[in-house]
Amino acid sequence: MKSGTLFYENTRLVFGHAQRSFAWLAVGCCSLLMATAAQAQVTYPVNGVAEPKDGCYAFTHATLVKDAQTTLQNATLVVRNGKIVAAGAGTTIPKDAVVIDCQGKYIYPSFVDIYSDYGITAPSRAGGGGRRGAEPQFLSGTKGAYGWNQAIKSEVNAIDLFTVNEDKAKALREQGFGTVLTHQTDGIARGTGMVVTLANDRENKVIVKEKASAHYSFDKGTSTQDYPGSLMGTISLLRQSYLDAQWYKTAPAKEGVNLSLKAWNDIQQYPQIFEANDKWNVLRADKIGDEFGVQYIIKSGNNEYQRIKEIAGTNASFILAVNFPLAMDMEDPNDARFVSLSDMKHWELAPTEPAAFEKANINFCLTTSDLRDVKQFLAQVRKAIEYGLTEKKALESLTKTPASLLKINDKVGSLDAGKLANFLVTSGPIFAENTIIYQNWVQGNKYEVKADGWRDVRGTYTLSLTSGQQYTMEIKGSNTAPAVALLQKDTVNGKIGLTGQLVKLTLPLTKDSKQQLRLSGIAGISGWSGTGEDTAGKPVTWTAALTKPFVSKADTAKKKDAPKLGTVYYPFIGYGWETAPQQEVLLIKNATVWTNEKDGKLENTDVLVRGGKIAQIGKNLSGSGARVIDGTGKHLTPGIIDEHSHIAISRGVNEGTQSVTSEVRIADVVNPDDVNIYRQLSGGVTSSHLLHGSANTIGGQSQLIKLRWGANAEDLKFAGSDQFIKFALGENVKQSNWGDRQTTRFPQTRMGVEQLLADAFTRAKDYEKQGAGKRRDLELDALVEILNKKRFITCHSYVQSEINMLLKTAERFNFRINTFTHILEGYKVADKMKEHGAGASTFADWWAYKMEVQDAIPYNANIMQRVGLTVAINSDDAEMARRLNHEAAKSITYGDMDEQDALKLVTLNPAKLLHVADKTGSIKTGKDADLVLWNNHPLSIYAVAEKTIVDGIVYFDREQDLKLRTRIAEERSRLIRKMLGDKKSGAPTQRPTPTREEIYHCEDLQAGHVHHILSDSKAAF
Amino acid sequence: MKKVFLYIMGLTLASTQMKAQETVYPAPAQKGRIYLTHATIHVGNGLVVEDGTIAFENGKIVAVGANVPIPQGDVKVFDVKGQHIYPGVIVPDSNLGLTEVEAVRSTNDYEEVGEINPSVRSLVSYNTDSKVINTLRSNGILLAQTTPQGGLISGTSSVVQLDAWNWEDAAYKKDNGFHFFMPRLMARTNPYAGPGGMPLSGSDPVKAALEEIEGVKAFFREAKAYNELGQHAETNLKYESIKGLFSKQQKLFIHCDLVKEILVAMDLAKEFGLDVVIVGGADSWMVANLLKQNNIPVILGQPHALPVTQDDDVDQPYKTAAQLQKAGVLFCIGNEGFWQQRNLTFNAGTAGAYGLTKEEALSAVTFNAAKILGIADKTGTLEVGKDANIVVSLGDILDMKTNHVTRAFIQGREISLDNKHKQLYERYKHKYSL
Repeated sequence: MKSGTLFYENTRLVFGHAQRSFAWLAVGCCSLLMATAAQAQVTYPVNGVAEPKDGCYAFTHATLVKDAQTTLQNATLVVRNGKIVAAGAGTTIPKDAVVIDCQGKYIYPSFVDIYSDYGITAPSRAGGGGRRGAEPQFLSGTKGAYGWNQAIKSEVNAIDLFTVNEDKAKALREQGFGTVLTHQTDGIARGTGMVVTLANDRENKVIVKEKASAHYSFDKGTSTQDYPGSLMGTISLLRQSYLDAQWYKTAPAKEGVNLSLKAWNDIQQYPQIFEANDKWNVLRADKIGDEFGVQYIIKSGNNEYQRIKEIAGTNASFILAVNFPLAMDMEDPNDARFVSLSDMKHWELAPTEPAAFEKANINFCLTTSDLRDVKQFLAQVRKAIEYGLTEKKALESLTKTPASLLKINDKVGSLDAGKLANFLVTSGPIFAENTIIYQNWVQGNKYEVKADGWRDVRGTYTLSLTSGQQYTMEIKGSNTAPAVALLQKDTVNGKIGLTGQLVKLTLPLTKDSKQQLRLSGIAGISGWSGTGEDTAGKPVTWTAALTKPFVSKADTAKKKDAPKLGTVYYPFIGYGWETAPQQEVLLIKNATVWTNEKDGKLENTDVLVRGGKIAQIGKNLSGSGARVIDGTGKHLTPGIIDEHSHIAISRGVNEGTQSVTSEVRIADVVNPDDVNIYRQLSGGVTSSHLLHGSANTIGGQSQLIKLRWGANAEDLKFAGSDQFIKFALGENVKQSNWGDRQTTRFPQTRMGVEQLLADAFTRAKDYEKQGAGKRRDLELDALVEILNKKRFITCHSYVQSEINMLLKTAERFNFRINTFTHILEGYKVADKMKEHGAGASTFADWWAYKMEVQDAIPYNANIMQRVGLTVAINSDDAEMARRLNHEAAKSITYGDMDEQDALKLVTLNPAKLLHVADKTGSIKTGKDADLVLWNNHPLSIYAVAEKTIVDGIVYFDREQDLKLRTRIAEERSRLIRKMLGDKKSGAPTQRPTPTREEIYHCEDLQAGHVHHILSDSKAAF
Repeated sequence: MKKVFLYIMGLTLASTQMKAQETVYPAPAQKGRIYLTHATIHVGNGLVVEDGTIAFENGKIVAVGANVPIPQGDVKVFDVKGQHIYPGVIVPDSNLGLTEVEAVRSTNDYEEVGEINPSVRSLVSYNTDSKVINTLRSNGILLAQTTPQGGLISGTSSVVQLDAWNWEDAAYKKDNGFHFFMPRLMARTNPYAGPGGMPLSGSDPVKAALEEIEGVKAFFREAKAYNELGQHAETNLKYESIKGLFSKQQKLFIHCDLVKEILVAMDLAKEFGLDVVIVGGADSWMVANLLKQNNIPVILGQPHALPVTQDDDVDQPYKTAAQLQKAGVLFCIGNEGFWQQRNLTFNAGTAGAYGLTKEEALSAVTFNAAKILGIADKTGTLEVGKDANIVVSLGDILDMKTNHVTRAFIQGREISLDNKHKQLYERYKHKYSL
C-alpha cells in the first residue's frame, strides 16, 4: 500500500503545480491509479470516494500510423472509456477531452504477441528429479476423468490459470506490446489460449477473449508417462488422438467419459497453433494437419530460411521468434574447432528469417517468445530489418496479422474507432534505431515507458543574469540526453541536468573552468528561470528564453549497408550443396563392371547412364552429350544398400515405451541434415533402410531412402517401395540389460515374447472383423497390413529358439517373416528359415557384446547363403556403413565365399530383401543408375569410392569433396573472423558450444549418442 | 622333402579334427629348428624379402633372408611357397582377457573402484581361457597389452602372449606401464538439451577437469618424493607401485584425444621426466610436429571411426596415421574393445588405403607397437635374435579379402589356429552336409 500512497502524492503534486500544462501532465508522474479508478468494476465495492471518469483524451498534432498501410500527418487520436473514438486528420476534439499535444510524436497501434505464456505459471514436473532410471509409467498420472496419455492436456484452459503479472506486463509494454495470446506451454496438446491486454488491472478487466486458440507441440513437457518417448511416437499420439476424438463423438459406451477427448473436440473451433520450433518439424506438423483437415498456425524455429520453398508449400501462417543466436567467443581456436560450420552459418543467417518469409510471401507474426530477455525484442526486430525485412511488414506482423489470425481484429491491430485504446506514443518511426517509446496506452490507460525527452528542450537560448550579463546558450545533444555549451569566441561545453522540469547548469566560461556559472532552476514551458552563482561566486538570479528551436536534421543516422552474407547450403551443413546437383548423361568407360547379373564381372566395359537409368552396357559405347568418366583400372559396382540403418532420423529411433508400437513411423522423422548421409555416400552407399530400434517386440514402421544428399525428407524416400516394419526378439525386448528398475514391462522372458506376439495378432484379427463404427487403431492397422501381406517384417533376432518361435508364430497367423536382421544364430536354423521363406541380414563378425551373441560366428553369412537363403550384411552403425564392402569381404576371410556372391551381400541381396531388386542392386539396362566407381577391387581394404551415383546423379565425387573441404575451411575462417569482429565491437557473445550430432544404434533409447569424443568425460580407448 | 610333406599332412589332419575349445592346447616349447621357405617375408621394419626363408630355434629367430641354407638333419621345413610371413601382430591396448561378455557384469574384470589405482594390475585377472583369444590368433594377432580402465589412473598393464596355460605363462612384459585416463578438456554438450545443445549448466567442466589433472600431478609429486626415501614407517602401496615410472622402467600411457589434452600430456612428461605415450589421439594430427619434437609416441585409436566433427574431412580418421607418419611421429594403430581386435590388421589396411604404404601399415601393428610397449628388443620384427613370433598367411594380412592365416608361432611354438567359431562352423557344415 505504500506505493499507492506515493501515487496519490505524486498526482497531487502534478495537479498542484502544472495544471496549465497538459503536456507536463502527461509527462509527469503516472496517472495509472487515477485511470484505474475511472474504470472501477461495477460489482466491486468502493472504499472511499468514487471517482467515475470517462478517461477521454485527445492526442493532437501526431503522426498517426493507423496501420502498416496508413500514416496520417498532423492527425488526432481521441479515446474514451478505454476505446478509440476517432483517429484522423480532421477529428473534432471533444470538449471534455484532456488534450495531449503530440507535435513531433508518432502514434502506433500497440503490438500483439501471439505466442506468450504471460500470467501463467509454468507447471513443474511431478517428482522433481527427472525420470531417468525410474520405473516405467504406462498410464497418465493426471487425476480425474481424463484420457490415457498425460501429455494430451486438451482440457486445460488458460483462463482458469491466468493471473496478471505486472513485472512481465511492464517488460512487454516497454517493447511496444499491448495485447498477448497466452497459454500453458506444457504438453503435446495444451488446451486453449486466451487473449489479454497488458493492463495492470484486475484479471476480470484485461480479458479480450476467453478462448482464442488451441495449442499443440512435439514436446511432452512435464508428463511423467513413458509414452511417447520419441518424436515419431509423439506424432503417432497426435494422429491417434484425432481419430479417437472423432470416434468419441459417437459416445462409445465402453469409453465412458473422457474429458480430454471431449475438450479436444470442443476446441477444434479455435485457431489451431502448433509449436514446431524447427524447419523439419514445421513440415511434420503441417503434414499431420493435412491428414486431419487442420491448417495450423505454426510457431517456427528460426531455421526455416534453410528450406523456405518447402515452408511456403505448407500454406500455413507462422509465428517467428527473433531470438537470433549470439556470436560465439571464438578466441580459442581449439574451442572453435567443435563448433560446426552449420552453427556458424546459422548465426549469420538466422536474422534473415523474417525477410525470407516476407520475400516468399508467407504470412507471419513476430513474437517475443524464446528471447532470453524480452528487452531485446525491438533490437532484434531492427536486426531483422537490417537483414532485409521491410518496416511495413514488421509492423503488420506485430499488429494486423496476429489480430486477424486470432480473429480479434475488431478489437486490436490498428487505430480505428471502436477498437481498444491500445497504442504507443513514440519519438519517431517505431523501428528506427534511436526512437523512444514514451508511452504505451492499454485500454485507455497510460503506462509511461520513458519520460525523458518527451519535451525537446534543445535550441538556442539567451541566458540573462540579473547582474546584467547575457550569454548565448545552446542546448544540443539528443532529446533524451541533452548537452549544453555557451556560444562565445571559445565555445566551451558545460553540463546540464534535467530532472522532470527542474534544471541545473554548470557553464564554464573558460577552458580551464576557472570561471564558471552554476545555475539551478526550472525549465518552464514559457521560459527558464532560477537562481545560482556567478563567476565570482556571488548569488544571482537568471532567466533563459528560447530564441531558436532545435531543428533536427533529416535522419542523420547512416543507413547501414546491407550485411554481406554467405549462401544457404542444401542441406544446411558444411558438405551441403549451393545448387542442387543435376541428372547427367554419363558414360563410364573401360571399367571392370560387377553386374550382379548372369554376365557376372565384365572387364573393360562401358556403362551409359541416361535419365537416371542404366541405358546401355557394352564395349566401345558412345553417348551423345555424355560426360565421359574414365574407368580404366577401376571397378564399377551397383550402389551399396544397407538393410539395417539408423542414420538420418530425428529425435529417437526407439519408441520402446510399450511392447507394441506398430503405429510409429520412421517416415515421419526422416532427417535430411544428417552428415552421415554424405559420409556414407563416400563409402559407396546409395540406399539405406531406416529402421526403428529394437527396444520392443513390435517396433515401428521403417523407411527405405535413397541417399539423395540435399533432398528434403519426402524426396529422400524410395518411391513406390513396399512398406516394412521392425520387430525384435531377445535381450533388448525383454529388457535384460536395462537395469534393475526396468522389470515390469511385459514381456521379461522369451516365453512372454511369444505370447505378446500371439496376443497382438489375435487382436489384429478380431479388429479386422469388427464392423462399422469401430475405433480406428493405428497400431492394429499396421498389424492387419502384415496379416494381409501389405507390410513386411524385418526382425532383430539372435538365438535359434526365438528365431524358430517367430517362424512358427507367423505360420500360425498365416504370414511370412520377410527378413531376420542381425540373426547371429541364423546358421543354426537356416534350414527352417529357408523352408519358411525368410531372408537374413546379418553382421559380418560381431559377437561377445552380450549373452545372446555368444554363439555368433563370422561364418554365419556363408552357411546361410550355402543353405540357400538370401543373405545380406548390414551395419546398424553410421561408421560401419561407410565400409560395408569390407564387411562383405569378411565372408571371404571367413568361409571363402565367391567374390561376386560376397559383393551381392551388400547390393543385390539387400535389394531383394527390400523388394526393390527390380529397380536397384545390379547393373542391368533399365534399372536405376545407383552406382559406385572404385579405385580398386571393391572388396579389397584398399578400395576407395571415387564416385557414388544415385539415380544418375553424382552425389559424391572425391575431387568435388576436396573442393568442399577448401570451401569449408574458408567459410569457417570467414565466419570465425566475423564473430571475433562482433566481439571486438562490443557485441555480447556466448561460449562456443560444441555442435551435437545424433548418432543411433538400434539399442539406443530416446537420446541416442554423439561421437564419444564429444560426449565422454574422458578418453575411452 | 619327405618331411615337409608329412608336416603339411599333419597340420591338415589336425585342423579337420573336431576339437572343443577346451582341447585347443597351448603349444609346448619349440624343439629343434624350423624353417619356413619360399615366402614373401615382411620383416616389419619396412623391408620385404621375396622368396625368402626364415629359421628359428629355441623360440628365437636365427636366420632371415633370401638365401638361407637349409642343413640336412633334424630340422622341420615348411614350404610356404607364395605365402606371406609377418611378425606376430600386437594389440597395443585392450581389455582382452579381462572380460568375456560385455553386457554381463560378472564377466567384467577391467575396471576397479576409485580414481587413482596405479597398484591395481591387469595381469592377475587376465584369463588365458577366454574364448575370445583364439579368435584373434587365427587372424594373426599374437600379443596384446591388457589394460585396466576406469578412474583417472586405472592401474598397471602388462603385455601378454596369446598362447598360455595361465597368466604367469602369458606374461610377456610384466607391469610395463600405467594408464592415466585424462578428463576431457572441452565444454561438453547437454544430452537433454534441444537442437544445437547447450553447455552443461553448473560447474565448468574444463575447470573441473583441470582440477582432476592437478590431482594426478599432485599424486605424482608425492609419490616421487616418497620414493626418494627407501624406508617408511608406514608403507604406501600406491606410491611404491609407480617407482618404476620415475626411472623410466615403466611408461605412462595417457589416454586422451584433443589438442589441449595432448599438450597437457606432453607437459606432464616434461615436468616429471616420464616416458609418456598418448593413447587415442584422435586429434593428434593437429599437433603432429609437436609430438615429433617432444618424442612422444601415439597409440592411435582405430581408424574405423567417424570424424570427430561434422566439418572434418570425411576420411580424417582413415588418414590420421599417414599424417603422423609424415611428421615422423612414432605411432601404432589400436582398436577398441576385445573381440573387435581381430579387425586390428584391417584397421591398419585402411590406413594403408589412405596414405601409408603397406609396409608402414604393417609396422603400425607390429614393430611400432613393440617399440611403444617396450618389447621391441624381443619382438615386432622378423630379425635374428628376436622371439619367433611369426604369422604365415596366404595373402596380404591387412586385407580381409586375402587375410588367411595358415600358421602361427609364438616364441617358436606353433600354435593352434582353431577357435570356437571355426568349431561351430564345422558343426553346422556337418549338419547341412556342406
